[in-house]
Amino acid sequence: MKKKMTPRQRTEAIWGLCLIAPTIIGLLILNYYPIFETVWQSLCKTGDFGKGNTFIGLTNFINLFQDKEVFSTLFNSFKYAVLSLPLTIFISLVLAVLMNRKMHGRTVYRTIYFLPMVCAPAAIAMVWKWMFNQDYGLLNHLIGTKISWVTDPTIALIAIVVVGVWSGIGNNMILFLGGLQDIPKDYYEAASVDGSTGIHTFFHITIPLLSPTIFFVVQTGVMGALNLFDLPYMIMDQSSRAWPSVKTITYLFYEYAFERSNRGYGAAIIMFLIAIISIITVILQKSEKKWVHYN
Amino acid sequence: MGWDAKKRLTSTVVHLFLILGSICMITPFAWMILTAFKTKSEAISVNPFYIFPASGWHFENFVEVWNSYNFVVLYKNTLIMIALRVLCACLTATLAGYAFGRLRFPFKNFFFAIILVQMMVPGQIYIIPQYLIVSRLHMMNTQFALLLPGAVTAFGTYLCKQGYQTLPASLEEAAELDGCNIGQRFLLIMLPLTRSSLVSLGIFTALFAYKDLMWPMIVCPQTNATTLTAALSRLQGQFVSNYPQIMAGAVMAVVPMLIIYLIFQKQFVEGIATTGGKL
Repeated sequence: MKKKMTPRQRTEAIWGLCLIAPTIIGLLILNYYPIFETVWQSLCKTGDFGKGNTFIGLTNFINLFQDKEVFSTLFNSFKYAVLSLPLTIFISLVLAVLMNRKMHGRTVYRTIYFLPMVCAPAAIAMVWKWMFNQDYGLLNHLIGTKISWVTDPTIALIAIVVVGVWSGIGNNMILFLGGLQDIPKDYYEAASVDGSTGIHTFFHITIPLLSPTIFFVVQTGVMGALNLFDLPYMIMDQSSRAWPSVKTITYLFYEYAFERSNRGYGAAIIMFLIAIISIITVILQKSEKKWVHYN
Repeated sequence: MGWDAKKRLTSTVVHLFLILGSICMITPFAWMILTAFKTKSEAISVNPFYIFPASGWHFENFVEVWNSYNFVVLYKNTLIMIALRVLCACLTATLAGYAFGRLRFPFKNFFFAIILVQMMVPGQIYIIPQYLIVSRLHMMNTQFALLLPGAVTAFGTYLCKQGYQTLPASLEEAAELDGCNIGQRFLLIMLPLTRSSLVSLGIFTALFAYKDLMWPMIVCPQTNATTLTAALSRLQGQFVSNYPQIMAGAVMAVVPMLIIYLIFQKQFVEGIATTGGKL
């Protein structure tokens, strides 16, 4: 049982509660109430502006599981994740290892690789759309091809992946650099005394000790990929025949909730996506014990 | 080969590799800027020697885009949104972070669970109801609408709490003996010491607000009420295939942030390293 508080404890309690009040009240209104409303809406046929919701039970979900587009867009989001994540991680890891030494121009390189991080993805997308242009784009110009990067359904997703990787390596490189600098020098000294060199050291010392950072990058990367919206939206023409092959599930949600004003179905899509994300999170957490080493 | 020569060779190879990568990173930016100064016919000329604007540098593209999209208003909207979000987020987060990190109060664990759960739930679940809040309050196309989802931050509170927790208890005990109350201790002693996590949170919040596309598109569809990022999606629709003008718009949207970044790059990089850059 709690004893009566001393005046000093009471003052502290009042201060504490007052200081957290803005954040807690804000979160309750802006985040907790919305969770329940989204769940409720996913069970409703919604009218405009949230008025006139009629409860229809699981109808939205039954429709959703028969909706081919839900699965094709989810598949696109997955494909994007599977293609872009390993590439981003590999390139940024190599860059981080190369830059993890005393060298001239380190800051300059870091600044350059980080540039896309401070640009709006919408602007980046516009620039790349122009670079991808079939007739006049710089890319075809340089390689001397006539590839229709963003209008060919088979390679449009590759184009999006290229932009995603290009914009993401700076961020991950910084995270890896931070992780590399936390590895104590003694490990490397001990390894080199034991006669370990280059590649061997990299795989047996660097990678295991960097695994918490790699895990973090994988986790946020998967979430980021499943939330992908602005890059495909800005790079692709929504009327293009390649659009169905890059349309992401987050875009499908946006389309139903805000363009077709079918918020109930939009809410159901989000609930579905969140279920998928939860499953992936659980799998990742389970796998964490197997390959992530915390000292 | 001597040890020194070998080292020099490695260093040269590393530099070559990094320079090659740098070129890949810079090329799109260079191409964006160069295209923005061309005429339309120069931009679509197939002649590879037209990398630079051939008939002089054309500023008309900027003037035209600037005039048809009220860029003064767009800059103003974006700046106010970023300022309000950074101010609100840093203020509420540092207050709550101090309480969670240093004070004892009833139901502390329960309240902290509210913070943690919000961080774990994927963000899209909030969007429809948040939009409905804005529209029911008749606040569409306002600064209020742009600020709303970023007014408080669970992640920022967590970050600030970590900052306060690492400070030694003796600091506060000494101040308490000197007769400081909790408010004074917080403001005069603890808050200044967590400046670096606040700067990180500020940069993170500013970048997130600046880059977000979906929210401003939903709640501020009017061109004179929206942000730079959301205006770009309109601009692309209007100047279809007039690439110099589209690029001029893109340049105007990214340059201010690029300049801020180049000045404060140390803080930006530290900010990403501490927040994980979960944009």
